[in-house]
Amino acid sequence: MARALTDSDLLELYRQMALIRRFEEKSAELYAEGKIGGFLHLYIGEEAIAVGSCKALGQGDHLLTAYRDHGWAIARGLATGPVMAELLGKAAGVSGGKGGSMHLASAERRYWGGHAIVGGHLPLATGVGLQIRYNDLPDAVLCVLGEGTTNIGYFHESMNLAAIWKLPVIFLVENNQYGMGTEVGRASALTNIYEKGCAYGVENQQFNGQDVIETYEVMSNALAYARAEGPVLLEAITYRYVGHSMGDPERYRTKAEIELWRERDPLCRVEDRMTAEGTASFDDFTRIQGEAAAEVAAIVKFAEESPEPEDAALWEHIYVNPIGER
Amino acid sequence: MARMSVREAISAALREEMYRDERVFIMGEEIGKWGGTYAVTRGFLDEFGEKRVRDTPIAEGVIVGAAVGAAISGLRPVAELMTINFAFLAMDQIVNHAAKMHYMFNGQIRIPLVIRTVGGGGRQLGATHSQTPDVIFAHFPGLKVVAPGTPADAKGLLKAAIRDEDPVFFIEHATLYQVKGEVPDDEDFTVPIGVSDVKREGKDVTIVSYSKMLQVSLEAADKLAAEGIEAEIVDLRTLRPLDIAPVIASVKKTNRVVVVEEGWRAFGIGAEVSSRVTELAFDYLDAPVRRVAQAEVPLPYNQRLEQLALPQVADVINAVKDVMYLR
Repeated sequence: MARALTDSDLLELYRQMALIRRFEEKSAELYAEGKIGGFLHLYIGEEAIAVGSCKALGQGDHLLTAYRDHGWAIARGLATGPVMAELLGKAAGVSGGKGGSMHLASAERRYWGGHAIVGGHLPLATGVGLQIRYNDLPDAVLCVLGEGTTNIGYFHESMNLAAIWKLPVIFLVENNQYGMGTEVGRASALTNIYEKGCAYGVENQQFNGQDVIETYEVMSNALAYARAEGPVLLEAITYRYVGHSMGDPERYRTKAEIELWRERDPLCRVEDRMTAEGTASFDDFTRIQGEAAAEVAAIVKFAEESPEPEDAALWEHIYVNPIGER
Repeated sequence: MARMSVREAISAALREEMYRDERVFIMGEEIGKWGGTYAVTRGFLDEFGEKRVRDTPIAEGVIVGAAVGAAISGLRPVAELMTINFAFLAMDQIVNHAAKMHYMFNGQIRIPLVIRTVGGGGRQLGATHSQTPDVIFAHFPGLKVVAPGTPADAKGLLKAAIRDEDPVFFIEHATLYQVKGEVPDDEDFTVPIGVSDVKREGKDVTIVSYSKMLQVSLEAADKLAAEGIEAEIVDLRTLRPLDIAPVIASVKKTNRVVVVEEGWRAFGIGAEVSSRVTELAFDYLDAPVRRVAQAEVPLPYNQRLEQLALPQVADVINAVKDVMYLR
């Protein structure tokens, strides 16, 4: 069972969610200014899932995600300056400026990447789970995917293999209701995504991804099960307030729908709960928001002042053991 | 030295590396209980157990992907794809993940992975089971692509591939498993990846080839020798990174080049080698580079038609005579 969160734990989770939200808001500004290139997928509205889940992960656990990965990188403890530097394509970026927004990683934190091919990281996560069982280790793997990914072959191949080999992998679906602009019911025959676990005899559960405490508890229990027994399929019900990526015209949904979800905001939930309980005041939250804004300002300064990669970096890390073309 | 077949050489390489390094394991379709569809891993399940000899579902994407995942987190998998034709089902894992992750994450992540697979035509298996699409895999920076043509190279290159820190796509040929040759006994015998090899010396013409077509070219060279023509044969062995230097050195000696490949001619190995020869040794050429390759058709089932489409010894001999202006 999950260890109960203390009030200071909850304030810390709130701080992380506020930091991620401010980071994402600032990223959108930098994108509009042309300082961030390529694609940019923001996590605004979904912060509780990464923060609550990473609170439950142990040091030795592994993480793989899709490309909406800034929040996960921050929640997993990657230094925020190098994460922002990666978005700006700088040498100090977590991937040396060669990965970009969709390809954050930290081998040290066992975060084996944001991945931009939908579903491509599910087999990888399965293989990390295989490594854990092979070496008889107590660790587990958290593999984060969107609900749209549950319609691709990789999802079924990976669930099946993880199930027959009893691998300690948690497949966490962030169901934000839309795969790009296609709502879940138009893309998936089964709209209760968690029920897809039944096809492979995989333990499954749906939960409220807007609630950081519930996320933490569900993830803690799932991790314990995965370590001892095998794979788990979790479905977090959530919503992104902003477009799929920058430049999304958002013709597929209404403003009223967005407003409805804003009322379930993961930060507001913590604020309402703690103020009602009298365990924190609005001054506390205002202060934390201010600190998050200051931290983001500092990391943007760090990232903007970081140098570009050297030209020589173009040719580095194609191979570990390079063999010159002779 | 011991005389053994390509099949025995590959089997020995796998067995030796599995004894040498506990992190090395094999996974794929029918490699365990069945013993491998080409019998390469017969007996391995009894010898090493289910942990290290892992039969998988028929699901190529997750076979390669899980092997990549195991590799990035510290193991040294050898994943087997039953044939190269099925590699297309795993193409995304091979080219978008195995070949990219070291670079894309700036060297933080390593993928010490070998993908063993079997290509080639000539066994009446029809269009989808007879392809030689080696060049497709050689197109991607980040992958190493190896295709041996002799038992010694098969053993030495596979051992080198397993010891390598990078993903290696290792292409065996379905009709080479019975070919026998001398193989060094030394358990640390390896053949370096990325080094072409002169398999036969000659002064009149350079034949560039690899894998099954190396054997076809060697046979052609014997027949040409009977007519007084001495062909030098350069075996590429590795397609990426391509070691062109021995080809160029040979061209500077013979001034004539024939490239022999089993795959289709268009955009192929011959095109690449020909282009590099033109860039690096144009002034040494006494004739245009000739390519011998598969007819541009999906391979048919009918034996006579299939052989008509595949490069034959006679095709190599004719191409050599063309570049020597003897026809």
